[in-house]
Amino acid sequence: MIAEAGLAALWLAAALALLQLVLAFTGASPAVRSLAVTQGLMTLIAFAALIAVFVRTDTSVALVVANSHSAKPLMYKFAGTWGNHEGSMLLWVTVLALAGAALALLQRRIGERMLTASLGAQAALGLGFYAFLLIASNPFARLDPAPAEGKGLNPLLQDPGLAFHPPTLYIGYVGLSVAFSLAVGALLTRDVGPALARAMRPWVLGSWIFLTLGITAGSYWAYYELGWGGWWFWDPVENASLMPWLAATALLHSINVLAARGGLRTWTMMLAVVAFSMSMVGTFLVRSGVLTSVHSFAVDPTRGTFLLGLLALYVGGALALFAWRASHVAEGGRFALISREGGLVLNNLLLSVILGTVFIGTLYPLFAEAATNEKLSVGPPYFNAVAGPVALLLALLLMIGPLLRWRHHAAPLARWVAPSALIIAAALMISLIAAPEMSILSRLGLAVGVGLVPASLMPLAGRSLRRTPLATWGMAIAHLGVAVALIGMASDSAFKSETLAIAKPGDRLNVGPWLVEFASVDPVAGPNWTAVEAELRATRGSGVSVLHPQSRTFTDPVTETNESAIATLWNGQLYTVLGRAREDGWQLRLWWKPFVTLIWFGGALIALGGLLSLGGRLWRGRRRAESEA
Amino acid sequence: MKAKHQRLVLALLAIVALVAAVLLAMWGLADRAAYFRTPTDIAGGKVKQGEVIRLGGMVVKGSLKEQGGTSVTFDVTDGMDTTAVRYDGILPNLFREGSGMVAEGRMSQDRFVADTIFAKHDERYMPPQMGNQTAEHAAAKTLVK
Repeated sequence: MIAEAGLAALWLAAALALLQLVLAFTGASPAVRSLAVTQGLMTLIAFAALIAVFVRTDTSVALVVANSHSAKPLMYKFAGTWGNHEGSMLLWVTVLALAGAALALLQRRIGERMLTASLGAQAALGLGFYAFLLIASNPFARLDPAPAEGKGLNPLLQDPGLAFHPPTLYIGYVGLSVAFSLAVGALLTRDVGPALARAMRPWVLGSWIFLTLGITAGSYWAYYELGWGGWWFWDPVENASLMPWLAATALLHSINVLAARGGLRTWTMMLAVVAFSMSMVGTFLVRSGVLTSVHSFAVDPTRGTFLLGLLALYVGGALALFAWRASHVAEGGRFALISREGGLVLNNLLLSVILGTVFIGTLYPLFAEAATNEKLSVGPPYFNAVAGPVALLLALLLMIGPLLRWRHHAAPLARWVAPSALIIAAALMISLIAAPEMSILSRLGLAVGVGLVPASLMPLAGRSLRRTPLATWGMAIAHLGVAVALIGMASDSAFKSETLAIAKPGDRLNVGPWLVEFASVDPVAGPNWTAVEAELRATRGSGVSVLHPQSRTFTDPVTETNESAIATLWNGQLYTVLGRAREDGWQLRLWWKPFVTLIWFGGALIALGGLLSLGGRLWRGRRRAESEA
Repeated sequence: MKAKHQRLVLALLAIVALVAAVLLAMWGLADRAAYFRTPTDIAGGKVKQGEVIRLGGMVVKGSLKEQGGTSVTFDVTDGMDTTAVRYDGILPNLFREGSGMVAEGRMSQDRFVADTIFAKHDERYMPPQMGNQTAEHAAAKTLVK
């Protein structure tokens, strides 16, 4: 009954989206608004229904049987709703419809015509993905006769990260659809200008904050769950989330030029289209099963073809509209090469180059296989070599760009840039003497990161801090986050130490500055797993850290996982993994990772900066609206 | 400079960035993409010594042996030929004899020395039939990193 209600709500949402699209063409704006809101409610009902069948472990629903089990802890029954292909696509569509509803409810700064056109575009997006769900990925399909028990969830996904990571990422991914729809609406109504930019900016900022958080949290999840000690693998699925982030970051910067100076109009529209297109490319890569990774739940060629069709339709359609209307978009205000606008253009070009190289590297295996029938993989050596140096250039630019004035910067910059340049030079010298064997990329990354710490705060210097707008604070803190993350990345890759050994209880091992004593191994049991657990006592100077890495065996389905144990200290993490038993002892893998935590701390700072900026913009926007009224 | 000229300059810059990205990617891909190979490819001499590749296939039952230190050796087959593999490190959880695996590494003499093993895939993997899709294809498709 619940499953049927969910399916009915989904069909209803699809019908409402069709109506919304048709009415948007005729320009009946109040009706379109309420349709968007109702559509959002319908998808919410469908999603709640799917959660309900998962929480109750209703084994007459095929999806529950394939992915859940009654013995699973409640939290994972709940989060397991989106730990599979159909459920995660339903979450995707739900976020899309809710974004449309939010647009209809909250958007007050643009004209009614443009809003109606945008809601029409949002409905068109929704329709395709409803069709995909209802035709190729029905989450509510029944199973008759119903089996007594489900098959269980992939144990790698049985982790609190599952409850948080996919929804966060999807809000970011799909939130960008609003920017896409607003751009389409503005191009249709020929009204691309600063007002549109001010309306679009909070949506882009909001999505970007969620994307940043989702990527940061996903990176930490992979770091502790996979037990490989790495925090970014350049896995196609990671790239699928990085590409929209890069595009959204570029958009976030160019939109400021449009809002403040009326410049970069066509370029900003292009980026708004590209950003959500990258979200759809990511969805295609992950959901079609063409690429292989921990996130691909199913391999089904019809789904891949369907998604590819949707991708071609929407991206092609938006680009065609762009080509048709670009010449009608008015030119923006002029600016000199050395100006804030110039700096932001350079920022956008560098981000585009990174995006392009990541895009090509991620898709190259697909094209190569189609063209030559040769299968190959593109991994970290490519991405680090190609994207790394460009990212460093971008970080260098970050020291100067925020100091420049709009339109034309005439004042000398040396006074502001000299301190950071000196710090970078000093860091390079010290690292050359103290750690001569560092790789070039880590050395430069470390030096630039250290120099960027004061440079990112420079725009606050000489201002009355209480009067500084929140958006400026946000910018400085987000840029500081980049510096902090950069230091963490460089420090981890340059200074980590690793020990791999066969050990018996009583053995002592060294890793970095630590002496690790293998105290004991004992069996332990959890709700749906059993494990052997080691006790490790790590000492460095005076303090003792006790760690309990486990090697778990899950029932339903029978799977083994390594649960790493991590001791977090102010200056890094001790990361331990218990491997399989051998005749002569246990495999133990130990890492000492100095300042690795700065990577995720930096990511959190970047998101916080976005949040401050968003708060400042919304508050100012509201005050402006009040003073006009 | 007029606004129109400025827009032209910006459009040109965008194209330059696009071309730069493509050139950079081509340069990077030229020697950094690792090919998927099977034991049959290796037996057929398709793999050069020292070239980084990904080897895919099934772990031969009874072939996994513990060597000195933390290293292990095992054999990988695609149903037609077999390659001996050496690996120093913790084997992934789902690594099992009779199961599929993909490893990245290089040939040294007639042995494959693995740097990384990605042997996490589901139990649905089946050994290939003659004339059917090759083993590494199926292994790659079911590979869960």
